[in-house]
Amino acid sequence: MKAFITRRKSLLVAASAVLALSLSACGGSSTTSTPVASASFEAGTTMEKLNKAQKITIGTKFDQPLFGQKGLDGKPVGFDVEMGKAIAAKLGIPADKIEWVETVSQNRESFIEQGRVDLVIATYTINDARKEKVAFAGPYYEAGQALLVNKDDTSITKPEDVKGKKVCSVTGSTPAKTIAEKYGAEVVPAATYTACLEPLRNKQVVAVTTDNVILAGYVDKEPDAFKLASDETFTKEPYGIGLKKDDTVFRNWINDQLEAFQKDGEYKKAWEATAGKVIKTTPELPAVNRY
Amino acid sequence: MDAVIASLPEYWDGFLRTLYLSVISGIIALLVGTLLAAMRVSPVAALRGFSMFYVEVARNTPLTIIFFFAAIVLPRLGVKFEQFEVAAIIALSSYTAAFIAEAVRSGVNSVPVGQAEAARSIGMTFTQVLGFIVLPQAVRTVIPPLINILIALVKNSSVAGAFFVLELFGYGRQLSNDYGDQVLWILLGVAFFYLLITVPLGLLAHFVERKVAIAR
Repeated sequence: MKAFITRRKSLLVAASAVLALSLSACGGSSTTSTPVASASFEAGTTMEKLNKAQKITIGTKFDQPLFGQKGLDGKPVGFDVEMGKAIAAKLGIPADKIEWVETVSQNRESFIEQGRVDLVIATYTINDARKEKVAFAGPYYEAGQALLVNKDDTSITKPEDVKGKKVCSVTGSTPAKTIAEKYGAEVVPAATYTACLEPLRNKQVVAVTTDNVILAGYVDKEPDAFKLASDETFTKEPYGIGLKKDDTVFRNWINDQLEAFQKDGEYKKAWEATAGKVIKTTPELPAVNRY
Repeated sequence: MDAVIASLPEYWDGFLRTLYLSVISGIIALLVGTLLAAMRVSPVAALRGFSMFYVEVARNTPLTIIFFFAAIVLPRLGVKFEQFEVAAIIALSSYTAAFIAEAVRSGVNSVPVGQAEAARSIGMTFTQVLGFIVLPQAVRTVIPPLINILIALVKNSSVAGAFFVLELFGYGRQLSNDYGDQVLWILLGVAFFYLLITVPLGLLAHFVERKVAIAR
């Protein structure tokens, strides 16, 4: 038992040393603005509550490169994370007071409903079924279907270019149907999107198609092998910030902040530091939907 | 249930592709397997060694890995093909050929050695002995195990569904995506179409066994 404790202690020391190292290594890469010192909010609002508590819990993905991916230092990085930090800053909460919780596609609604997170910023597509359960601020970004091609391929820049050619996608998925039915590509069915990468590398298919966000993640991992055929997308998937369904005040306030980010360049800065590494064109903030 | 009926065209397309994969691979596997068995009993040591090596490697490797080699590693080595069906056929027939070779070899061993000796004593060559005397007797004994292997081949062809070929199982996955609420029916439909191939094969085995097979 004693040995166990000392081992744990030495582990702790090692871990904190590693943490300190990585912190100093990463210093300065953060783009987040300083928290608003004298943020004050109307009594009874969620903003006031969070500001007083000096703590906010945000759900994001931990496995989506460029948007929300947990690094070796245990901190998530990405565009969604930058958005969360910026909103927290406007609430007067510094970035290190944010508690990041992993949310996956299956638990996002229930985490919000149970109050386990204050916000979900996790490549979260706004749709009517989800609006029944939670509220969405934003959209803050419009993702959409795109094409991944080999780096040296210049013949494909738009979906019309793959007509009659082989394109890999997941069996029966919506992107597979769109590329086949609307653009006349011959779909090569795969079990997962990662399974599509080898045939693309071997030039057995000319492209892989699904959401640009997923594809950008592959480019981020292997920038020498793949590229996006274009920064443009040919379908629209609005990403929103999920919060409690009846909290309209909070939702409107977030929408105001998003518009402010666009105006003061914070949005552009956050994009260029993260997803902009692959998707070079900085998107315009989509018109927020104040329903 | 209505999901199955609504997707009959997909099922049919998948069924035909599964049948196509099974028939082509089956024929190639039978030919290659018999050749391997002949090599295994030939008087040339190198041929015997090669046959043994091939059979041991192919039948002891998981089929998924053989598929991976055929569909992904071969193209990277420069063996390109237009259709992924080709990769599936290469994988299925090379895998099944090993089992066929072993079945045929066991049949050859069951033919009394006196048969071969008698043939040799009247001046027949090795090929003649094998082709006219031994194999015709051997094949009759191994009809039931051969059909077993072919049934396994039909079912094994479902692995192709994970390697870019849209056969029955591939359609099963696509349809369960489309009809998320009726997955059970969709998969039962897939199973039914497999049975449509395998049950007649089993009956055929029974029939042939009674007609030509001889017990020793």
